[in-house]
Amino acid sequence: MNPYQSLLILVTAYLLVFLESSFQGVRHLLGAQVNLLPALMVYASLSTGLFTIILLAGLGGLWVDSLSANPLGVTMLPLFVVGLLIYRRRNLILRDQLFAQIVLGLVASAIVPVGALLLVLSCGQKPLLGLGTTWQFVVTVIGGGIATPLLFKLFGFFDDSLSYRRTSESSFRPDREIRRGRS
Amino acid sequence: MLKRSHFIALGLVALLTLILLNLPSRTSARLKSAISGLFLPMFGLAGATQKVSGHAGDAVVPKKVLLAENNALQDENEQLRVQLTRATEIGRENERLRQLLGWQQHTQWKLKLANVVTRDPANWWRTIEVDLGSRDGLRENLPVLSPDGNLIGRISSVSLTRSQIVLLGDPNCKVSGLVQDDARDMGIVAAGGPFDGSFITMSYLSSSANVKSGQNVVTSGMGDIFPKGIPIGQIVDSRQVEFGLYTEARIKLAANLSSLEEVWVMFP
Repeated sequence: MNPYQSLLILVTAYLLVFLESSFQGVRHLLGAQVNLLPALMVYASLSTGLFTIILLAGLGGLWVDSLSANPLGVTMLPLFVVGLLIYRRRNLILRDQLFAQIVLGLVASAIVPVGALLLVLSCGQKPLLGLGTTWQFVVTVIGGGIATPLLFKLFGFFDDSLSYRRTSESSFRPDREIRRGRS
Repeated sequence: MLKRSHFIALGLVALLTLILLNLPSRTSARLKSAISGLFLPMFGLAGATQKVSGHAGDAVVPKKVLLAENNALQDENEQLRVQLTRATEIGRENERLRQLLGWQQHTQWKLKLANVVTRDPANWWRTIEVDLGSRDGLRENLPVLSPDGNLIGRISSVSLTRSQIVLLGDPNCKVSGLVQDDARDMGIVAAGGPFDGSFITMSYLSSSANVKSGQNVVTSGMGDIFPKGIPIGQIVDSRQVEFGLYTEARIKLAANLSSLEEVWVMFP
């Protein structure tokens, strides 16, 4: 794990939360805002340790809730649960496969808003729900699914830029060299 | 099976969530304000970028267009001046008559312009934040208008430098509305659907209310938050609900809530 990776993930989370609250292009176009933190959590849980997952869930959740009318803390637990579930199975997941990234992004983007919404309802709040919520849910889930491989590509680029280049391994082995001629 | 470290981590996060959700509302609001303060540099940067791009845009507008716009504004200004003189005279007359009849005097409302800085990232709330806070004299429940003077909501929470506005259509923003028909029917303007923010519902109109499409709805002045007569929108259609117990109408909002950049905050 690159030592800068955790920091980079947290900085990305900060920027994503800012973008979600400031830029309304997707909301104007499709009627719903896309939540990109679950997609980032998929990357973090497949690439970093438990501490980074806790930090991302804690800080990312608090940042989203601080800019929202949500009660403070409702986004933190669903984010962490998604991160932990993926982290536990990460040895079985083909993290470099596009299909796996998209499916994980879709699932994470479905679990986090539902979990947060359940917590909001359990706090006695009355959020705006109706038939249109289904469409908003679909947009959020698909948006998360599309964003996940893009985030993998982005972090792959950062990883290549910030870490040492891999040395290309030569197939030449001196112990297997066939020496010709008389010795 | 979860490992011990996973259990501990899950327990810690769950405990932190429980603590945060059970904080007193005042403490929670302060904490929220402190955390959202971390985004101030980004908002400042975004604002500065917008300003620079605005100036750059101004620089390339041809002089001919500016002169035409200037002439149109001067004409409009003259017309508005005449209207203002008449309105001031009518206002004075109204005050005199109120004094003679011993009626309560109207409160004079002032306006303060605020810039919209963020919109709620969650799809299930309809709130925005503006760049004025308690240091600018803002407090909870002040009415907020769009730049063209239509009602858009009220202030729901205030921090030192910023305020959250709950918009019409959010379940937490209910307004007593008055239909501008002969019967002056009154009802409660409440949440609409989550998808299209330009339509909201007006409930609890009397079952005999004869509201028609195109009639204007304004604030009724009941409830001590919104002054009387602020435009809310126009009736689109109506129907009897709860077995004819009352009438419910759909209202098209006069303000476009999805493209707000500046808003007026009303002060008593």
